[in-house]
Amino acid sequence: MADMRNDKARKDAISKASGRETYVGDLSLDGMIYACLVRTSVPRGIIKSITLPPLPDGYYYFDDRNIPENGRNELWMIQKDWKCFAAGSSGYVGETIGILCGPDRTLLYSLRDQIKVEYEEQTPAVSIEDSLALVGGPIIGENNYHCTVELQAGDGDIDEIMKNAYRVVEEKFSTGHQEHMHLETNGMMVNYEDGKYVYYASCQCPFYIRKSVAGIIGATPEDIIVRQMSTGGAFGGKEHFPDVVAGPLILAEYYLKKPIKLIFNREEDTQFSVKRHPSVVKFKTALDRKGNILAMDSIVYYNAGRYLASSYIVIQRGCMHIEGVYKFPVARTRGYSMATNTFPSCAFRGFGAPQTIFAVETHMTHIAEKLGVDPVEYKRRYLIKQGDTTITNGKIVENVRTPELIEKVCKASDYFEKSRKYGFGSGKGIGFSLYNHGGAFTGNGESAIIKAVVKVCKRKDGTVLIKAGQTEMGQGFSSAVCRIAAKTLGIPYEKVIYKYPDTSVVPDSGPTAASRSTMVPGNLVMKACEELKARWDEADELECEAHYEHPEGYPWDQASFQGYAYLGYGWGACVVEVEVDPRTAETKIKGIWSAHDVGNCIDPLIVHGQVNGGIAQGIGWASTELLENKGGYFKQHSMSDYIIPTSMDLPAQEVYYANEPYKWGPYGAKGMGELVFNGSGAAYVDALSRAINRKIDSIPNPTEVIMGHILHSEKLTEDKR
Amino acid sequence: MTIEFSLNCEHVSIDVDPTKRLLDVLRDDFGLTGVKEGCSEGECGACCVLLNGQLVTSCIIPIAGVHGQDVRTIEWVRTTRLGETIIQSYADGGAVQCGFCIPGMVMASYYLLSNNPNPTKKEIRKGISGNMCRCTGYDLIVESIYLAAKRVGELHKARG
Ligand code: FES
Ligand code: FES
Repeated sequence: MADMRNDKARKDAISKASGRETYVGDLSLDGMIYACLVRTSVPRGIIKSITLPPLPDGYYYFDDRNIPENGRNELWMIQKDWKCFAAGSSGYVGETIGILCGPDRTLLYSLRDQIKVEYEEQTPAVSIEDSLALVGGPIIGENNYHCTVELQAGDGDIDEIMKNAYRVVEEKFSTGHQEHMHLETNGMMVNYEDGKYVYYASCQCPFYIRKSVAGIIGATPEDIIVRQMSTGGAFGGKEHFPDVVAGPLILAEYYLKKPIKLIFNREEDTQFSVKRHPSVVKFKTALDRKGNILAMDSIVYYNAGRYLASSYIVIQRGCMHIEGVYKFPVARTRGYSMATNTFPSCAFRGFGAPQTIFAVETHMTHIAEKLGVDPVEYKRRYLIKQGDTTITNGKIVENVRTPELIEKVCKASDYFEKSRKYGFGSGKGIGFSLYNHGGAFTGNGESAIIKAVVKVCKRKDGTVLIKAGQTEMGQGFSSAVCRIAAKTLGIPYEKVIYKYPDTSVVPDSGPTAASRSTMVPGNLVMKACEELKARWDEADELECEAHYEHPEGYPWDQASFQGYAYLGYGWGACVVEVEVDPRTAETKIKGIWSAHDVGNCIDPLIVHGQVNGGIAQGIGWASTELLENKGGYFKQHSMSDYIIPTSMDLPAQEVYYANEPYKWGPYGAKGMGELVFNGSGAAYVDALSRAINRKIDSIPNPTEVIMGHILHSEKLTEDKR
Repeated sequence: MTIEFSLNCEHVSIDVDPTKRLLDVLRDDFGLTGVKEGCSEGECGACCVLLNGQLVTSCIIPIAGVHGQDVRTIEWVRTTRLGETIIQSYADGGAVQCGFCIPGMVMASYYLLSNNPNPTKKEIRKGISGNMCRCTGYDLIVESIYLAAKRVGELHKARG
């Protein structure tokens, strides 16, 4: 069937579709045994005793008491506050107490269920409100703040402006936990090979794992090798969380020195893994007599859970996106990352931006509706553009094409006509949102913290091997980077090879996160290939490398968070149309239109898939994906009670672009993997609100919640347009 | 207990706990790791196989239930002309991202196209509604199955 072959196909497609691809669960090594984690079952309390059942021959249990003298019970993420083992106290349901290893998986789980743990229970703080009220006493510090951030831009005293304003609109928005629900659960295998601890891991950031767990057994990162396995989805859920799985495993391996495999079952993965941060965002917006915005003040709370993980950066990013795609004369935001007794929140596609974008979009829509102006028209008045000052007092560097994006989605969806026709409360609704996402690490993070390096190697057989720490988790980096190299070198795509990273082979080019992989390491690959091309005839085998350099003239001060936060943003506009049955609250999505500026598409088909998938996930977040936490326990446990969209829930999407090439990206590309999540939730909620003529200020909205809105929520508007 | 069945067109016999899940037998005892485990409760479709030609989720079938029956997995489907066409169309149509749901999707596509060679896009959506994908939003999977149907049609036409 050679005639059907299309060179556009991504590198891993055939192997994955034919079931030949090896995920860690498919890997088996001689003498392999299994492991499972023993976890706490109370959200807050002192562990009084742990009683094990008699362990049959070949079964082992390890916990903090087995950490060698030169080791430490800590995982090293941004800080070292997340303990590898609970060691005497439980800070959330599911904190790791110990690890159980043995040859039979069924017996392992049954032994685990026989372990008795006695607690002295304490009152947990579960929600943001609990945490602010210091329920049960402070968890950390005096006020439960993991960290805070404050940003302000524009001239004038914002409190004075509020006092003198013609009108101040106050609103509060909230969003819930979201589970990543990557189809492949978390898992990895560890083995001791030639004096090194070798991990085979489903993960985004192999170098993070090395750094995080080495200290547990008093080893160095160099004593550890991480080999990424094909990763069945991640979305941020495998950014820092694999550290939590790898930690107990290294201790077991320290003693056992044989292959140990640990794969979470779905129930464990749903309840005992990191989540998207729940949020509460409050706005106070000052308007003049004509309805013009004079200033916007906001307070942002994120529920970070017991440990910091990446929450420090998540709250920053949330606050940096508080103005959405707009520029207001004066803006201030104060962000608080709150400690609670829930499973730590961590990275999830969008990394704090979706929550504030949902809030600001919905707030702007509500203000427009109060004024009797169509939200699209109102939002157009405040679009940020090139040269404008951002909330960190840097400038927007690029040409911003949001007006074109608006044109495209509104035209394709017939937005204005439908907006007028459907009005409010007709059972039909059309909703609109605008959004952006700053690509790569904030400010000078790429040069000050990450310092990415990549290598490209010409080999004897004429192929070129890419060496980078970037992982392939479905997003398509492995193919995109080969296209960049092939184009630069002028050789066929087939001749460029990318392999899943092995930390003993590739340089550290930074995490596969922050929508940075194509934009930053991808650009370094291009540069290294330019050198390789120039020196191509020097030898049969040749290696060239490139180091990241931050463009001059765009200062950033990490201490005060002032300056150019992002040099290249992705931009988007989305329209969603719904139909709601007012008697049952059953909601059907009738159409989804989006337009994005992603710089340039290195691989248009992959970008298209990212757009589709990101939008679907955003709609899931805003609609059916309810994950309740009652008293510290997640109520939903599985794929049958945590509801992600199926093929029947979504219509075919229409996708458009207005791409502004990015100066410092490979062939103009910039980050887009997170952008495409950021806005569909707001558009969905807008459509739903209009269809039922109710004010909706929270996410998610499964059917029962919509019914609640219909019965109890305030009307959006009294007049039916 | 000894269970005998036909696995990918070969007769097999295995001495096994009769309550062991078909999924585990396929993966652990026969090394057929193309069959994936996503949810373990019959919800996601990652573990789909054909049982006597019907699409079933192997995670909720005890091995005793397949005694004397016919089981086919992605490892067989990929050797068939239809299976190969579907797989190639998935690649060309951009249907594959992380890939974890994909072997199950291919099984559902194979089942659909075996029974309905010319499905509409709506019928395709329905045909894969028991298979969850967290990456793609389904559009390019639907398009790829549609493409596969067209290609199979052309193959038939070419052969007259
Ligand atoms: S693993 Fe069988 S249906 Fe999900
Ligand atoms: S491709 Fe990742 S779950 Fe479908």
